[in-house]
Amino acid sequence: MAKITYIEHSGAEHVLDVKTGLTVMEGAVKNNVPGIDADCGGACACATCHVYVDAAWLDKTGDKSAMEESMLDFAENVEPNSRLSCQIKVSDALDGLVVRLPESQH
Amino acid sequence: MSQLDAHVVILGAGHAGGTLAALLRQYGHTGAITLIGDEPIAPYQRPPLSKAWLKGEADADSLALKPTEFYPANRIDFRPNVTALSLDRAAKTVSLSDGSSLAYDIAVIATGARAIQLPLPGADLEGVQVLRTAADAEKLKAALGPGKHLAVVGGGYIGLEAAASARALGAEAVVLEREPRILARVAVETLSSFFQAYHEARGVTFQCSVNVTGFEGKDGKVTGVTLSDGRVVPCDIALVGVGARPNDALAKDAGLPCERGIVVDLEARTADPSIFAIGDVTYRPLPTYDRSFFLESVFNALDQAKQAACAITGRAAPPVEAPWNWSDQYDLKLQIGGMPFDADTTLVRGDIAAAKFAIFHLKGQQIQAVEAVNAPPEFMMGRQLIANRKPVDLVKLADPSISMKEVAA
Repeated sequence: MAKITYIEHSGAEHVLDVKTGLTVMEGAVKNNVPGIDADCGGACACATCHVYVDAAWLDKTGDKSAMEESMLDFAENVEPNSRLSCQIKVSDALDGLVVRLPESQH
Repeated sequence: MSQLDAHVVILGAGHAGGTLAALLRQYGHTGAITLIGDEPIAPYQRPPLSKAWLKGEADADSLALKPTEFYPANRIDFRPNVTALSLDRAAKTVSLSDGSSLAYDIAVIATGARAIQLPLPGADLEGVQVLRTAADAEKLKAALGPGKHLAVVGGGYIGLEAAASARALGAEAVVLEREPRILARVAVETLSSFFQAYHEARGVTFQCSVNVTGFEGKDGKVTGVTLSDGRVVPCDIALVGVGARPNDALAKDAGLPCERGIVVDLEARTADPSIFAIGDVTYRPLPTYDRSFFLESVFNALDQAKQAACAITGRAAPPVEAPWNWSDQYDLKLQIGGMPFDADTTLVRGDIAAAKFAIFHLKGQQIQAVEAVNAPPEFMMGRQLIANRKPVDLVKLADPSISMKEVAA
């Protein structure tokens, strides 16, 4: 279990306990957090679960796969700390993680 | 006009219906929401049933759109194992298979499509099945394993995904196709050949231009698929994947206009202002292509769930996007953007032998559709170019050393 804070573009915060083994995307979608669409359900096929990972957590969330990198390259408003949240697995090490959501996923 | 306190009755608890219920709450709908589903479980994702889930890489929890406690917590009255039998548009009621009747302010038909069953001798044998629901997928998965033989009737994407998953589980797989090539209705020949060769290299066999005449069995269980040339293809399980039909009888009986599916507008509204329809069951406008068509995809389920949720809660309509779809087979990710309507040529970018390429369907200099294999930039940028209707330089597009960003610039 990890406590994850999702901050919508509007500033609204959602602090959720997300089970280990789920992805950061699933934690948001299963709790109906607005702003993460995840159209493909986590197949790394659509780039609609884009998040910005808080700088302090970048190391702990791991490296991007070539596929993720390539998909992100064409998403809107990409920053160096952009990730596809379906590719970040939740573990105890991510307890306290903060991610911010972009204005739009489409 | 917003109707935030309306009682919305959603008929069908698939990807579209389940998404709409959740979006209505997200968008501030305060009225009652009733979600009627004919399956025993809450809304779930169907795509993984032939992909990650079938291979054992995803569990039931991860398939569910929302956890079961989500529905009561959000005042969504989810009723499993119930089917809508008829709509009374004048009285604004719907009668249900459990004998009850429900009054609605707004009804949303989200009854989806059903897999076509072949009316052939032996089709009722145990082990002859389609793949549409989680229950179908459970049966298929239980029957696959080392030494088992899967016969796939129909070389479409579902059949190919099932064959790939069967191989991952150690089973043998043969694909039987009526047309001279697999994917004949949905892909160009280049892609058909590519996929067939890729599968063959991983042990799947193909028989094209064959007519299936029935199924043989022993003790009520399938043992083989019979062909019109007299041959019998032995199998332990036969998966029929030959397309789907919309479940639009409810709408037809209620006098709502239907084509191949229920006719809706860009708000997902039917000819009756109090009735919407979303997902596989619809026949919808595609502004990008100046026509209406049916789309059986997650994109469509989500897009129309958004359209309906926006219309019901008084939000601005979502932007028009190009349809898309995907398929996972082995280490291949196929991403399809757009529809190849009115295309006059195709152009291949990339290296087919290296399994990293995209096929663009062009109408003059305009991209109508793209089929990208392990080629996300081509898919992502292609889809944007399809939606923008922006002409492209075909010489640049054909040259993979020029980035897709430069092609689109």
